Amino acid sequence: MYRRVSILLRKHFVSVLILCASIVIPFSSVKAADPNAGKALFQQNCASCHNVHKRVTGPALKDVESRWADKKLLHQWIRNSASVLASGDKYANQLFNDYNKTAMTAFPALSEAEIDNILAYIKDEGSKETQPKGGEPAPAGGAEKGSDNSLLFGIITLILAVVALILMQINSNLNKLAGDKEGVATPEPVPFYKNKAYIALGILVLFMVGGYFTINGAINLGRQKDYMPEQPIFYSHKVHAGINQINCLYCHAGAEKSKHAMIPSENICMNCHKAINSYSGPELFTAEGKKVDGTAEIHKLYDYVGWDPEAAKYTKPGRPIEWTKIHNLPDHVYFNHSQHVVAGKQQCQTCHGAITEMDEVHQFADLSMGWCINCHRTTKVQFADNNYYSIFEKLHQDIKDKKIDSVTVEMVGGTECQKCHY
Amino acid sequence: MEQKKYWKGLEELHNTDAHQEIVKNEFSEELPFESEGLLNAKTPRRDFLKYLGFTTAAATIAASCETPIKKAIPYVNKPEEITPGVANYYASSYTIDGEYLPLLVKTREGRPIKIEGNTSSTITQGATTAKAQGAVLSLYDTARLRFPTIGGNETTWAELDKQVTAALGGAPVVVLSSTLLSPTTKKVIGEFLAKYPGSRHVVYDAVSYAGILGANEASYGKRVIPSYHFENAKTVVSLGADFLGTWLNPAEYAKQFSATRKINAKNPEMSKHFAFESIMSLTGANADERYTHKPSEAGAVALALLAAVGGSVTAPTLDPKVAEGIKKAAASLKANAGKALVVSGSNDVNVQIIVNAINNAIGANGTTIDLANPSNYRQGNDADMAKLVSDMNAGAIGTLIVYGANPAYDYVDAAKFTEGLKKVKTTISFNDRVDETTELCKFAAPDHHFLESWNDAEARTGYFSFVQPTISPLFKTRAAQDSFLTWTGNTTPWVDYLKAAWVAKLGGIEAWDKALQDGIVEPATAPAMGGASFSGNVADAAGKINSAKKGGKLELVLYEKVAIGNGRLANNPWLQEMPDPITRATWDNYACISNTLAKTFSTQLGDDYEIHTEKKVLKIKANGKEVVLPLLIVPGIHPEVIAIAVGYGRSEKTGKAAGGIGKNAYIFSSFNGTTVDYFAPEATVEATGANYPVALTQTHNSYEGRPIIKETTLEEFKQNPKEVNKDREELLKFGKDFRKDATLYGNFSYPGIKWGMSIDLNTCFGCGACTIACQAENNVSVVGKEEVAKAHEMHWIRIDRYFSGDENNPEVVFQPMLCQHCDNAPCENVCPVGATNHSSEGINQMAYNRCIGTRYCANNCPYKVRRLNWRDWNGADSFENNLYDVADMNDNLTRMVLNPDVVVRSRGVMEKCSFCVQRLQDAKLTAKKAGRPMKDGEAKTACQQACAADAIVFGNVNDKESAIYKIRNEEQTERMYYVLEETHTLPSINYLAKIRNKDAAPKAEKESAHKEEAHHA
Repeated sequence: MYRRVSILLRKHFVSVLILCASIVIPFSSVKAADPNAGKALFQQNCASCHNVHKRVTGPALKDVESRWADKKLLHQWIRNSASVLASGDKYANQLFNDYNKTAMTAFPALSEAEIDNILAYIKDEGSKETQPKGGEPAPAGGAEKGSDNSLLFGIITLILAVVALILMQINSNLNKLAGDKEGVATPEPVPFYKNKAYIALGILVLFMVGGYFTINGAINLGRQKDYMPEQPIFYSHKVHAGINQINCLYCHAGAEKSKHAMIPSENICMNCHKAINSYSGPELFTAEGKKVDGTAEIHKLYDYVGWDPEAAKYTKPGRPIEWTKIHNLPDHVYFNHSQHVVAGKQQCQTCHGAITEMDEVHQFADLSMGWCINCHRTTKVQFADNNYYSIFEKLHQDIKDKKIDSVTVEMVGGTECQKCHY
Repeated sequence: MEQKKYWKGLEELHNTDAHQEIVKNEFSEELPFESEGLLNAKTPRRDFLKYLGFTTAAATIAASCETPIKKAIPYVNKPEEITPGVANYYASSYTIDGEYLPLLVKTREGRPIKIEGNTSSTITQGATTAKAQGAVLSLYDTARLRFPTIGGNETTWAELDKQVTAALGGAPVVVLSSTLLSPTTKKVIGEFLAKYPGSRHVVYDAVSYAGILGANEASYGKRVIPSYHFENAKTVVSLGADFLGTWLNPAEYAKQFSATRKINAKNPEMSKHFAFESIMSLTGANADERYTHKPSEAGAVALALLAAVGGSVTAPTLDPKVAEGIKKAAASLKANAGKALVVSGSNDVNVQIIVNAINNAIGANGTTIDLANPSNYRQGNDADMAKLVSDMNAGAIGTLIVYGANPAYDYVDAAKFTEGLKKVKTTISFNDRVDETTELCKFAAPDHHFLESWNDAEARTGYFSFVQPTISPLFKTRAAQDSFLTWTGNTTPWVDYLKAAWVAKLGGIEAWDKALQDGIVEPATAPAMGGASFSGNVADAAGKINSAKKGGKLELVLYEKVAIGNGRLANNPWLQEMPDPITRATWDNYACISNTLAKTFSTQLGDDYEIHTEKKVLKIKANGKEVVLPLLIVPGIHPEVIAIAVGYGRSEKTGKAAGGIGKNAYIFSSFNGTTVDYFAPEATVEATGANYPVALTQTHNSYEGRPIIKETTLEEFKQNPKEVNKDREELLKFGKDFRKDATLYGNFSYPGIKWGMSIDLNTCFGCGACTIACQAENNVSVVGKEEVAKAHEMHWIRIDRYFSGDENNPEVVFQPMLCQHCDNAPCENVCPVGATNHSSEGINQMAYNRCIGTRYCANNCPYKVRRLNWRDWNGADSFENNLYDVADMNDNLTRMVLNPDVVVRSRGVMEKCSFCVQRLQDAKLTAKKAGRPMKDGEAKTACQQACAADAIVFGNVNDKESAIYKIRNEEQTERMYYVLEETHTLPSINYLAKIRNKDAAPKAEKESAHKEEAHHA
């Protein structure tokens, strides 16, 4: 009863496509203060605590540059806030005190240019008005056209079949007439519903159609594309990863290290939600259209972890949240997230869909073997960039000889049984 | 070179009718219907339809269209060091009963699942044994005590402490432990005992080495076991010491010894190994020259050897063959003086004094025997133990604390011990289960398993390793040290105590952290080896040996099995099911007797002895005790000797796997006044007329006489290294390149990696560590005795043992056999569903989820390595009632040992070695993520890693820098061969021919052997 099938996907098919494309397109080389490059950096480093337009764990960053007297100091602050505090800067210390003395993470690895990019992005984003996205009308997609065609073909087939039947009937009538004329006795016509040929044909058609549906049904046993169970907490990926642009890997840290992407432990949630105890974003609705109180959902989290938001401290021992698992692979499949994310450089959205648009997550792909294999057949590996592949001498030679222009996963053995089954 | 005839057992040698039958019908097996009625029923057609309808309906229901709802439950607070899905390794040590093996323990999500050797240790260099590999399963043993008890009833630690502290004091307290390697634990015990005046610590080893300790005290004034250095020995003479299997610290010695057995044509040198023994031990099976004598003659053999190397004793008369052997051994020892070593398995002080005298004469002291840095492997004192037992009987002991020892089961006079125990007011046991001794103790204060504990261990002076918890305690157990500290009145927790001691010793917390991380602390430079001046009284020892009781017509000797050892870890299904290296028997002990002796129970040898599982049962009497056990013919055992393994006949409460299996053989041991003797010079045997089934794997997977082993002698190898592979020249008639030219088919290409393995028959000693390592790594099922008897065992790597030559004293060769990952695999062609096929890395892949169980592949595999899941061993079926579990392997607790990266296979599915593909994938991924090519040695298979002798080398054959490439193309071209190469299966595993360091066979003998073979053919 927890299962609800969503039609969201079809509705947003095109936006998903566009989004995927925009993600897959590699970031162009960095020029001075490139807001696009800054966006990526912002999502990776800043978004877990900052939003451009509103105060979260840290202050809203809109117009941040104007608030800081000295650009150099701002850079220093971003790289290592503790050093600015130690220097006794007044604004910095006031900021620190305003935010419950929560220290900002140091980013010593960020270069000047990278910080400029981030600031450029903030400026860019800040100049836009805040307006809830979403609800953009989905233009008629190719998918619908496809179904139209099949309907058309179906109708044509039906018409042709009727025509063929009529012609056969006419043919037999003519035969009968010709026979009558020549005086050849013809047997009394059998009504078509008693005609053995027709019955046999009917059974054959029924068998084929029935078989088709049975087999397809059997194949789909255990598959649950569009599976969207109700979760213990209405957690919106759209709010977190979409509107607030928190990097996926901030919570799903395992995706880079392990076979499991990892559902974040509750202490990860509390990194931000110690400070953020109410929801003030766009209104949230369940798939059925019921309104959701975001603040109440945050308080459900507090209940699980035993946090008292009034006293701002843990008062009870925590208990785990029992999420309902959406993406279930059969037991005999080995799947490794880090392989796809780090070595394969795949975006999360490739398999999980437009996760940043989903309030409630549903299963985007059918996770069938055919789906896996198709991707392995078409996806290119980082053949030239990853030195691991240097051992494939023949393929390198083929590229040099212009016999092939790229190497797919399949060409390095990625469709063999024991790459996933052991 | 003529092909020698190899045989797995006498049935194959004599080619009996039943053997032929078995070979012929290897793959046909009656369907296991439980009732006979189905096909003979009056209306089989209707029944058939009923069954069909029922199964279809049942399958539909089982496959239920409803997908189950699964939960994903994250941590509340994720521990920083755990990333779900990524393994963590912790350094620890196996120190049970004085064996010393520094380890790395692999944990996943906080549960230990696999044990590896710690390669940082210079003592073991990463070697492991089957027992150590199996120890991870013992952690999850369902028979472990889960809470403290008083009088068998559950209690709390507080209550137990209250009652124990009230009871302590007054009369003397005795701590009775097995050998402890931990200096800090001993300190804790010392502090505890100091509180109770008149108390003492008695060390008792189930299988005693008090003979060596006593002899060294008499010879060198030090009651120690020296450190042995087999790697420095060019000649090794073993007088019944099974140093490759069970003697002291076998993994260490196997590592050392294997270094002297590695050989190639450029440097054709290897050590020479003589064995004089009564039974066929693992060490004897690996000897270059092997002689058998009666156990009562062990002293005489030592004396004769001493006389032959120039000692001033008169050599006693011995069997001419043995005398001949002693002459040869002595000549070799003398020729390699300073590079020679004699070890003896005798527990008699006098015999060991003679052995010391021999070692002194051949200059072993300070070269192959290090007395300056002795090892602590065994510390038990039989005389102390005897005194304790009589004190107990005299009522002089107030409290007995049993720590790891189990004398009610394994003591010479267990009845007297049990009797004495009743007179001890307070009895406490720290043992992990309700074993024979704990059952009789009032208090059970179960200790942690070592994988849950803190500890340290000192193997030799200055060589330490550490034990740290890899999981929090599963049950309400408590470290024995904590119990001691509590009862001493010291409130410091044991972990702090240990830490404080080490921080003080190492000079800082960082050093302690590093020591824990490394797992070991060793001197920066190895301390100089040293001998000691020999001052043993040889004449006295010789006199005592000569006046010892002479043996009767039949003698009985006790031995330890490689897997079961002294029986302490017997409740381990993996170890119980591991075929004994020599007898290939599982799940039992039995009376090993020779072919000749077996004949006396029947006029003629036949299939009853060799093929059928039902073995004749014998009643064996010795030392006034008797035991009824099935007989098992072991070629190579002395004809007047009966050998029985200890470690069996455990009580039912010790667990489902060990309880009630076999008979306790310790009852035949005897106390000679100073030490315990593990043989009885006079025994009688009679057949009872009954039969008892023994599950042997010997007769499974026959090679039907095809040439699969290659061996030669060192002399021949030196003269003509290519001789051993002469038959490979035959392949040249297909063209220069056998791979390409001998086939019509196209060549399969391996563009990136091509995995390959090399197995050195010269250094495979057959110990079975690889079998257990593979079982742990790949979730290989335990099937139980009944199913082993039906040839349904599941081991992916088995070690075939072949005999050759003299039926009464055969030569032995061990050949690990696993899937050969043929490039031209016969199994792949016959699979109707493509479940087994070939990868571009040369792996013969098995897709379990595709397999429908036709067994065509197994029938077509010339190496007979494929295993069908005849039953549902793991609960992997949809039907719950199908589960077949004889040893509690499917308890939720036990299942924690499963490797989460490998599936468990369901019924009706074929499986086999995968080259540990999960490890290969992991190594590749690590390299890929780092953006670098994979390094040689980065991907290791479990069997390779477990091998103490480094007999297995594995790697990428396409990599010209890899060890495997070099072996095949540079270092071992003369010895390298493929099994059944002429069938053009193109295996990915090559073997290196065995080389025996023995005199080349005389021409005449060779010819007659040839004739015999022709006759057979």
